[in-house]
Amino acid sequence: MSNVLEAKVAKVGTDEVTGYSSYQLGSFTFRRDEYFAHVSWPKGSHIMEVDRFLRAMVRDIGWGFFYGWIFFDDIFGTTNHYGTVDIFAGSYDRGCKEAGIDFLETFKAEAVSEAFETISRDWISEGYDPLNAPLETGTPIGPKGKERTDPLLRAFIAAERMLGLEGDTPLRSEGAGQGINRAFADLEMSEPDIECEPGFEGQLHAINLFDHIARSDVTWNPSISAVTRANICCVTSEEHMLPVIHGNDRNEWFIQLTDEIHWNIADKESGAPRGRVVMKAGDVCAMPADIRHQGFSPKRSMLMVMENGTPDLEKRYASGELKPYPVDFG
Amino acid sequence: MAYQTRTGSLDAYEKGVIELDDDLRKYAFSNIFEVANASQPFERVAVVQNLEYTAEVVRSEGESGWYAAPHDEFAIVMDGEITFHFVKLEDDQVPSHEGGAVRLGAKPNGPNMGRVTARRGHQVLLPKGAAYQITSASPAVAILQTCDGPETVKRWSEICVTGKEKA
Repeated sequence: MSNVLEAKVAKVGTDEVTGYSSYQLGSFTFRRDEYFAHVSWPKGSHIMEVDRFLRAMVRDIGWGFFYGWIFFDDIFGTTNHYGTVDIFAGSYDRGCKEAGIDFLETFKAEAVSEAFETISRDWISEGYDPLNAPLETGTPIGPKGKERTDPLLRAFIAAERMLGLEGDTPLRSEGAGQGINRAFADLEMSEPDIECEPGFEGQLHAINLFDHIARSDVTWNPSISAVTRANICCVTSEEHMLPVIHGNDRNEWFIQLTDEIHWNIADKESGAPRGRVVMKAGDVCAMPADIRHQGFSPKRSMLMVMENGTPDLEKRYASGELKPYPVDFG
Repeated sequence: MAYQTRTGSLDAYEKGVIELDDDLRKYAFSNIFEVANASQPFERVAVVQNLEYTAEVVRSEGESGWYAAPHDEFAIVMDGEITFHFVKLEDDQVPSHEGGAVRLGAKPNGPNMGRVTARRGHQVLLPKGAAYQITSASPAVAILQTCDGPETVKRWSEICVTGKEKA
């Protein structure tokens, strides 16, 4: 890991035509026009379609930079070191490496969060929510409009033990203004029957997990539903495409609860394609620690993700102590 | 536009595909309904292993023995209807082994706590400090979030797509 810069985000200027401001963090400069985000660094620059850029950026902040590598596309992204974060450009792209234009700087995680939030706040106007599915929101293209005043970022919903327990994270509900998404309107929903003997009231607990997922207004934004020691069960509703390519620093598992997701798989270091996995309802698949993956969900679907949150696990995988795949077939 | 949500069941499921230029065993691709169809009632077949943590598929059919674990477990019902019966354990009855469910010799002699009946999409807490029994009038399927333990059944070569399946 390189030295940690003490940099903070700074506004560079404002485009008089579009109204958007440009920003600098360390040696990286961020600028947008009507259609594209532009990232520059001392040795090069990169252009990304602005919808894709903003969808990736708000999730990266909301996830707390998640586990491992978050590629906004093949060139630009972040790596989480849990306290510090790399911002990289071309560091995992063969062409950039061979051309010698790859670049990476390491910042305190709070500095990257502040920078990405500042940029997102300036570049997102009313009527567009990058956490929504494309069919459920407007477009970010065009000049700057009125800035949004509602919460721009919705982070992980994280249960401590289990969703809905007294004192823990509440379930989504109609009463909280969280209706069933249009894509799950056909699902029959019922509540589990809980019958406690006298003296044990409140000690038994069950929820309709599908109902909770169906009420999510965001996509590709997991929430923790239940925790066994360091084993974290996350659930999420997925529609359209995962706007990042995720390269995990540990093995993770997907359980497809409904519908289907198509995953493109590539080598984590080089980005070379390895193929695809199509998961349908009931399918289970590991995502090894040496790959990148990106999902495509033609219809809104429900996905369960199982992560091992054991501290410092990433170091044990990085050192080779642990294999980059989870099961020994013997 | 009216959407149709596709779920799976013991009787009707469609397995996806895995097409990779890689060793498919690294991905341990399986399907919980396929696993449950090939399982004995109440076998706990691992379909997820994350070091010491597992997710296990259980085919519920009839009445199970009694189980307990030294930590919380969670069950998600994926097909059918399952009733979970709970008995409170005294502190010295709570299992002290490293992790995972253990099958008890008989119903514990503690007080009945009650029961939870769950159907597809319901998640049930199987709390530390309680023993539980699983019952179903008809075959049903659940995923158990737990730890690798004495009741965990591993037959990865049988349940996973390895690329070496017979045509």
